[in-house]
Amino acid sequence: MSLIAITEVRKRFGSVEVLKGINLDVARGEVVAIIGRSGSGKSTLLRCVNGLESIDDGSIMVAGAQLLPDDLHLKALRLKVGMIFQQFNLFPHLSAGRNVMLSQMVVKKTPKDEAEAMARRMLDRVGLGHKFDAYPDQLSGGQQQRVAIARALAMQPMALLCDEITSALDPELVNEVLAVVKELAAEGMTLLMVTHEMRFARDVCDRVVFMHQGRVHETGPPDEVFGRPRTPELQQFLGAQL
Amino acid sequence: MMEFSTWDILRNLLLAARWTVLLSLVSFVGGGLLGVALLFLRIGRGALGRRFAKGYIELLQSTPLLMQLFLAFFGLGLFGIDVPAWLAAGAALILWTAAFLAEIWRGCVDAVAKGQWEASSSLGMGYVQQMRHVILPQALRVAVPPTVGFSVQVVKGTALTSIIGFVELSKAGTVVTNATFQPFTVYGLVALIYFALCWPLSKSSQILERKLHVAHRHH
Repeated sequence: MSLIAITEVRKRFGSVEVLKGINLDVARGEVVAIIGRSGSGKSTLLRCVNGLESIDDGSIMVAGAQLLPDDLHLKALRLKVGMIFQQFNLFPHLSAGRNVMLSQMVVKKTPKDEAEAMARRMLDRVGLGHKFDAYPDQLSGGQQQRVAIARALAMQPMALLCDEITSALDPELVNEVLAVVKELAAEGMTLLMVTHEMRFARDVCDRVVFMHQGRVHETGPPDEVFGRPRTPELQQFLGAQL
Repeated sequence: MMEFSTWDILRNLLLAARWTVLLSLVSFVGGGLLGVALLFLRIGRGALGRRFAKGYIELLQSTPLLMQLFLAFFGLGLFGIDVPAWLAAGAALILWTAAFLAEIWRGCVDAVAKGQWEASSSLGMGYVQQMRHVILPQALRVAVPPTVGFSVQVVKGTALTSIIGFVELSKAGTVVTNATFQPFTVYGLVALIYFALCWPLSKSSQILERKLHVAHRHH
């Protein structure tokens, strides 16, 4: 059974239909990249899976539970899937360690010492154990994004959603973040990521989904999608990327 | 005819200035407490509360403070209730201050980046938890300078209560002028006392703004 099951999902902003019936299943441990032009609906899809946007039609199931728009269901869902954002969104008034501790203590009611131990483990995991007491504005973009990953991991989610997590980074900082993601993938974490890093998608992902005008246009293993694109839209998109 | 020295004038004005200070403090603290309540209604999730707070703020902000004082002072009198000037002054200033502070603070909450809501949502936090741990601590930092700045308006606002007969600094100025026939000296001193009260507040607002801004960047 798939961990995330997206069925006929439609989403409308005013009169514009951004998602026109999306079907996508993600198996446990699978690493899926969503690629496509800006405006193709890929970020919106990711935000729907986390309940940050409501859907107008269709259904999203995570680990067998239906996504419903009330507080209780949303909270249950968000404990299962973590999300990493393009702009990091660390809490600027809290140190890196506190950023990772906060939701454990507030949402899961984890005792402080346990939350702190977990925060240290997770920061170590992303190579930032020594930055426990640093504030977000004292960290580089790449470091901030790694703290954000640690923060999501500390909630022990079943899957991580990554929304263009390297797009706001200077080129030389992209690799340190991708290295962390690659490690997560190797450890068996389920990942659904919107990305513009084609080489990364090719190297790390099990499956690539090409979205075009609110639909899943083409999907397959990276070799196939990148090596033998079937539709002219994908060919054109990949051509523009090179 | 009796002669008044400048010291006589100043001494009487300073005695009355105590009431200006007291009224300012009462208005600011009372208005602050009521303002917090209004703020939570205004940004809360209850549609009725939001509408009420919005209406209240708009009403109080769009009518002159003087009219509010008159209504508080004379309005209840129509029903045979005798309202002393100090009560009408305190009540009207508290209600007025609350409206402005609630609106200032709402702006500060709005100023917190949308990503902060999204990140805390995605971590499973509920509305109250987000407010308490993520949004308000950041809004508070932004709120301090304009709040201190607004306290200057409150101090100056108390001058209007002289019109309904509350004897504070301005009213004392009028009384002393009537006795001394030295309006320029008296009102000059009154202005200087107001300045001595307000200038440190504006200045500290500026300093706080710079300090908190730097703190925001470097901690």
